[in-house]
Amino acid sequence: MAQVNQGVRETMYPQAAQTFYRTLSQIAISAVTPIAAVLVALAFGALLLWLNGFNGSDVVTVMIFGSFQDMRSVGEILLKATPLILIGAGLCVAFRCSIWNIGAEGQLYAGAIAATLVGTNFDGLSIWVHAPLVLLAGALAGAAWAGIAGYLKVRFQASEIVTTIMLNYIALILTSYLVTGPMRDASAAYPQSARLIREAWTPRIVSDMRLHIGILVAIVLAVALYIFLQRSSRGFALRVVGLNPHAARYAGMQVARNVMIAMCISGAMAGLAGAFEVAGVTHRLYQNISPGYGFEGIAVALLAANNPLAAIVSGGLFATLRSGSEVLQITSQVPQVLVLVIQGMVILSVVAFAKLRDILRIVA
Amino acid sequence: MDDMMFLTFLATLVGAAWRLATPLIFASIGEVFSERAGVLNIGLEGTMLVGAFCGFAAAFASGSILLGLLAGVAGGMLFGLIFAFFTITIKADQIVVGAALNLLGMGLTAFLFRTYYVSTGKGIEIAQPVHIPFLSDIPFLGEAFFRQNLIVYSTVLVAILASLVLFRTSFGLTLRAVGEHPKAVDVAGRNVAGYRYAAVLVGTGLAGLGGAFLTLGHSNQFVEGITSGRGFIALAVVVFARWSPTGAFFVSLLFGLFYALQLMLQAQASIVVPYQVLQALPYIMTIVTLVVVRGKGAAPSKLGQPYEMR
Repeated sequence: MAQVNQGVRETMYPQAAQTFYRTLSQIAISAVTPIAAVLVALAFGALLLWLNGFNGSDVVTVMIFGSFQDMRSVGEILLKATPLILIGAGLCVAFRCSIWNIGAEGQLYAGAIAATLVGTNFDGLSIWVHAPLVLLAGALAGAAWAGIAGYLKVRFQASEIVTTIMLNYIALILTSYLVTGPMRDASAAYPQSARLIREAWTPRIVSDMRLHIGILVAIVLAVALYIFLQRSSRGFALRVVGLNPHAARYAGMQVARNVMIAMCISGAMAGLAGAFEVAGVTHRLYQNISPGYGFEGIAVALLAANNPLAAIVSGGLFATLRSGSEVLQITSQVPQVLVLVIQGMVILSVVAFAKLRDILRIVA
Repeated sequence: MDDMMFLTFLATLVGAAWRLATPLIFASIGEVFSERAGVLNIGLEGTMLVGAFCGFAAAFASGSILLGLLAGVAGGMLFGLIFAFFTITIKADQIVVGAALNLLGMGLTAFLFRTYYVSTGKGIEIAQPVHIPFLSDIPFLGEAFFRQNLIVYSTVLVAILASLVLFRTSFGLTLRAVGEHPKAVDVAGRNVAGYRYAAVLVGTGLAGLGGAFLTLGHSNQFVEGITSGRGFIALAVVVFARWSPTGAFFVSLLFGLFYALQLMLQAQASIVVPYQVLQALPYIMTIVTLVVVRGKGAAPSKLGQPYEMR
C-alpha cells in the first residue's frame, strides 16, 4: 500500500503535465471539426455570391475582417455576441437533455416584454435595485414562456418542437399588440413602448460605446452552465435523461422534472438576452427587437457541440459574421440574409464532419 | 346579421377555408408519407419556402402557372434530397438537419428574392377560379365548393390518391413497414434506405407544391417568409390526423377555417377584439390540438430514428 502511494507521489508532476497536454490536444482535436465546418460554410457563401454576380472574396475580406476596423466595431460585435452567447449556452443545456427548444426567439420576446414592464414602472428605485430587477424579470418571463412548452410536453406529451415554434409566433404577435396598444408611447410616431427609466438601464462598460456589462454576465453564466452540466449531480441527471430517458427513469431520476429544468434554464437565458436588448441597447420595446437571435442561438449551440464553454467562442463567431453581413450590405449591396444561409451551412457541415470523424475513427 | 347574410358569410368562410387549407393539405399529406417511413422532417417550413420561391421564379420567367407548379415540386424535392442524404445516408439527427434546412430555405429564398426580384415589384398572374357548370350556381354550396381554382380542387384527388397508395399498394405497405419495423423489411430483401428516400421525396415534393400554391394560387407575389409557420403547423396536423392522408385533409380544412375566420373577422368593423388575437388563432389552435390529441399511440414506432444495418 505504501509503495503504491509512493508511486503516485513520484509521478504526480508528470501526470499533471500529461493531463494538461492531453486536455490541450483534446481541445485542438475537437476544434478541428467546427473550424472546418465554418470554412466550408464560408466557401459556400462565397460561391453563392460569385454565382449571383457579387464579389465572392468579400465573404472573407468583409465578413470576417471588415468588421474589425476599430474599438467601436469590436464593441458592436461583442454587443451582438451577448444575446447569442446567452441563448446558445442555454440551448446547450436543453439540447444535452434532448429537449428541442426551438423557441428561444419567443422566450427572448417574453423576457423583453417583462423587462419593459418593470423598467418603465417603479420610478424612484436606486440603480442597484432597478437594473438587476429588470434583468431578473426578463429571465423569469423567459423561463415561464419556455415552461409552458415544458409543461405541455411532460403532461400531455405535446412535441416541444411544435409548441415552442408556435409560442414564438404568439410572443411576436403579443409584442406587436402591446407596442401598438396598451404599452404604446402615445407621443411617438412609430409603434414603440415608453422609454425605460434611467435607473433601469444596464450600465455600459465604456460611456461612449453601446457595449454594456451584459457581455460579462453572458460569459460568466456560460462558464457556470458548463460547470453545472459537467460537475453537478443535477447536470449529470439532465445528461442521462438526454441520452436515455428509460435508463434515467430506471435509475430513479425524475424525467419530467429534469425536462422542466432544462427547458426553464434555456428559457431563462433567452429571456435574459431579451431583457439586455431592452435595458442595455434600445431602452424601448419595439416589434422587431431581435433580428433572429433566438434561431441563430440554435446554430451557436450546435457549432459548440452543446458545450456552453464553447458557445462563448461560437457566439462570438456568429456575431462577427452578423456584423460583417451588415457591412457587406452597405459596401456591396449584398442582401444581409446571406448570414442565414451561412448559419444553415455551418450546421450541415458540423453534422457532416462529425460523421466523417466517426467513420475515420472506426477505420483507424 | 339576418339569416341570409349569415349563410352568405358562412359560404364565403367555407370557400376561403378550403383555399387557405390547400398549402397545409399538400404539405401534411406529404409529411404523412415521410413520417410513415420513419423520417420526421421539421425542415418542412424551409422546403415550402423553396417551393414558393421556385414556383414564383418559374412562373415569372415563363408566364405559365403549370411550369411554376412543377418548379415548386422540383425545388421541394431537391431540398428533400439534401435532407434525405444527411438523415438517411449519413444518419445524422433529423431534427438538427431539419433546423439547418429551415435556415437555408429562409436565407436562400430571401437572398435570391432581394437580389433579383424585389426591385421589380411585379407580380404574376395567379390561377383563376374555375366555375364548375351548374354546381357553381347552387345557392351557398356553389360559392363554398365549386368556384375554386384547379389547384384547390386537386387537393381532393391528392388525398384520395395518397390514401390508396399508402394503404392499397405493396409500395405503401412496405413504406409503412419501414417506419414500424425496418429490420423486417431489410431481412425480406427490400431496400430500407431506398423506401425512405422515396418517402422523403414524395413528402418534400408535396411540400414544395404547397409552397408554390402560396405564390401561384393565393398571393401573386413572393414575400420573405411567406409560409409564416405553415410548415410547422403541418407537423401538428399530421399528429392530429393520426398519420392518415384523409385525416390530414380534414384536419387541414379545420386549420383553413381558423385562417379564414381570422381574415374575415379582421374585415368586420363590428368586432371589438384586437386583430392580433385573431392573428394568433392558428398558432394557439395548433398547441390546443397537440394537447387534445394526446399520446403517441398511432405514431410510427421508428419515427425519427436512423436505421442501422447489422
